[in-house]
Amino acid sequence: MRTNRQKELAGHFYRVMYRIRRFEEEVFEFYKRGLMPGLAHLYLGQEAVATGACAALKASDYIGSTHRGHGHLIARGADLRRMMAEILGKAAGYSKGKGGSMHIMALDRGILGANGIVGGGIPIAVGAAYSSKLRKTDTVTLSFFGDSASNEGVFHESVNMAAAWDLPVVFVIENNLYGISVDIRNVTREHQLSKRALAYGIPGSTIDGNDVFAVYREVGKAVDLARKGKGPTMLECLTYRWQGHHVGDPGVYRQEGEVAEWKARDPIARLENEKILQPEETSAIRAAVDEEIAEACAFAEESPYAGIEEAFTDVFVE
Amino acid sequence: MRELMYREAVQEALDEEMARDENVFVIGEDVGVIGGNFKCTTGLLEKYGDLRCKDSPISEAGIVGLGVGAAITGCRPVVELMFADFLMVAMDQICNQAAKITYMSGGQVKVPLVIRMPLGGGRSSAAQHSQSLHAWVAHCPGLKVVLPATAGEAKGLLKTAIRDNNPVIFFEHKMLYTVKFGDVPDKDEDFRIPFGKARQVTEGSDVTVVATSIMAVKAEKAAATLAKEGISVETIDPRTIVPLDTEAIIRSVKKTGRLLIVDEGHASFGISGEIALRILPEIFYDLEAPIERLGTADTPLPFSPALEFPLIPDEKSIAAKIREMARPGGKTA
Repeated sequence: MRTNRQKELAGHFYRVMYRIRRFEEEVFEFYKRGLMPGLAHLYLGQEAVATGACAALKASDYIGSTHRGHGHLIARGADLRRMMAEILGKAAGYSKGKGGSMHIMALDRGILGANGIVGGGIPIAVGAAYSSKLRKTDTVTLSFFGDSASNEGVFHESVNMAAAWDLPVVFVIENNLYGISVDIRNVTREHQLSKRALAYGIPGSTIDGNDVFAVYREVGKAVDLARKGKGPTMLECLTYRWQGHHVGDPGVYRQEGEVAEWKARDPIARLENEKILQPEETSAIRAAVDEEIAEACAFAEESPYAGIEEAFTDVFVE
Repeated sequence: MRELMYREAVQEALDEEMARDENVFVIGEDVGVIGGNFKCTTGLLEKYGDLRCKDSPISEAGIVGLGVGAAITGCRPVVELMFADFLMVAMDQICNQAAKITYMSGGQVKVPLVIRMPLGGGRSSAAQHSQSLHAWVAHCPGLKVVLPATAGEAKGLLKTAIRDNNPVIFFEHKMLYTVKFGDVPDKDEDFRIPFGKARQVTEGSDVTVVATSIMAVKAEKAAATLAKEGISVETIDPRTIVPLDTEAIIRSVKKTGRLLIVDEGHASFGISGEIALRILPEIFYDLEAPIERLGTADTPLPFSPALEFPLIPDEKSIAAKIREMARPGGKTA
């Protein structure tokens, strides 16, 4: 049965996933035009994970993100103009051009930060959860990280502490199969990463990360448990990045046909095919988002760079 | 003034700040039930409960990272690392995360985090439990670096560190923990020592000695010995190396014309070279002799006291070096 709630959610999911898709396409364009300094790690193909997961949170909750963080930030409601300006290194960016793609932070949206160190954000997310418990707030932290971060030492240290102390955190492993060029199946014996939850005595499961409703549902359950003081959950979301590790990586290490196979599981097309939304509704959403994105791009492109004096501020705060 | 052991002063600072602000908490290996490996957190578990005085697993990177996350979301964590040597286990969280978040967020996010740890040799603990690694973190912009030399300093500087909105690396000296000092003011919740302000330990006119941490204590004793020989030594304890009170050092060297820097870190690529070069343009024409330094020899610290002690500057080697400088040719009167 199609309830109003389901329809409302579908509209929200569609809007957010399409917003991420379009944003990332434009980041790629800026890169190709030589207007984006450095690199960016695109979230194309993984939109359902961030979208479904963040929809299960309250405004006061926190998320910890990764080097592939644009999707998480957009799903959390970060300002597209300030994000794009940051990616182009402009003064109007979230970090005045001092962070760039991999380090966008927006604490006003509960975003603890994207993070350039694989796994580096996991203990920080656990610390936010510790802080919630200590300060007796009812906030929950979602810790996003990739399959490869689960092989970093801090993954183990962090999940262990969160489990030992029933901290209100949900670990969302986005398994997109590759750590740069290395297939996760070549560097682990047990490929189902959620099974690691067993070692920590916490619930763990693997879900279809391209099914936005499934992500929303499962993260929602985990968030409820965490909020009730019942400790962390580990959710592995199976998904795929359509592009290489970063813009400019042709992804030659991938198997023939693999990209096409995953593109056939496009989370946005999949939501359209569920026919919860009418074609005129989806096209209206797309038109509105296209406009937002165009506006964010124009804003970022036209914004000035900061003066050199900006390089010397914010090393310390008062 | 009261007499307290250095470790008691650390404990008192933690206790006062925890009582004052419920967002202050302590986490580290063995800080709870046994009150810390060096007994700096005794009684805090009983008084403030498990969440605010947390025995952690042996996960240095994890607990520092936890501290970072708690700091950016409203707490003022004090993370204890049992030995400064374990700093390297947590280096990513200290240098890539804590030190850079404020900057990389364009000033949106503050990181009021203190990481305490004991440095130094002298306990036959060998090369993985004896290092003085303050230069490692002082090299990384975004961290404040504190080296208290007395109980009073430990208390006043730790209270300042906890109220600071930046990450502070707080190096205690393990050979000072049970030493008593009479420089702790009567209980006063607001007693604090500002960062970036050196202490003049002894006043003198022949040689300036800048000495950090326990070296300030050793240099003070050397100065007393030399006073009897008619050599007047001005000893300066910088107390913090980031920020560094260069003014106090410059002022003193302009008076004495001679500068010796004593620091327990290895001399090579350490803070003595940094201090010397930083102030050199200001004092070049006031110098009557080359700047000298004493530090730990450039070897890993050996286990046996027979091998370890001679490698670390002590009262005698400091006095000998000052004599050499005060009386060119090294002749004593």
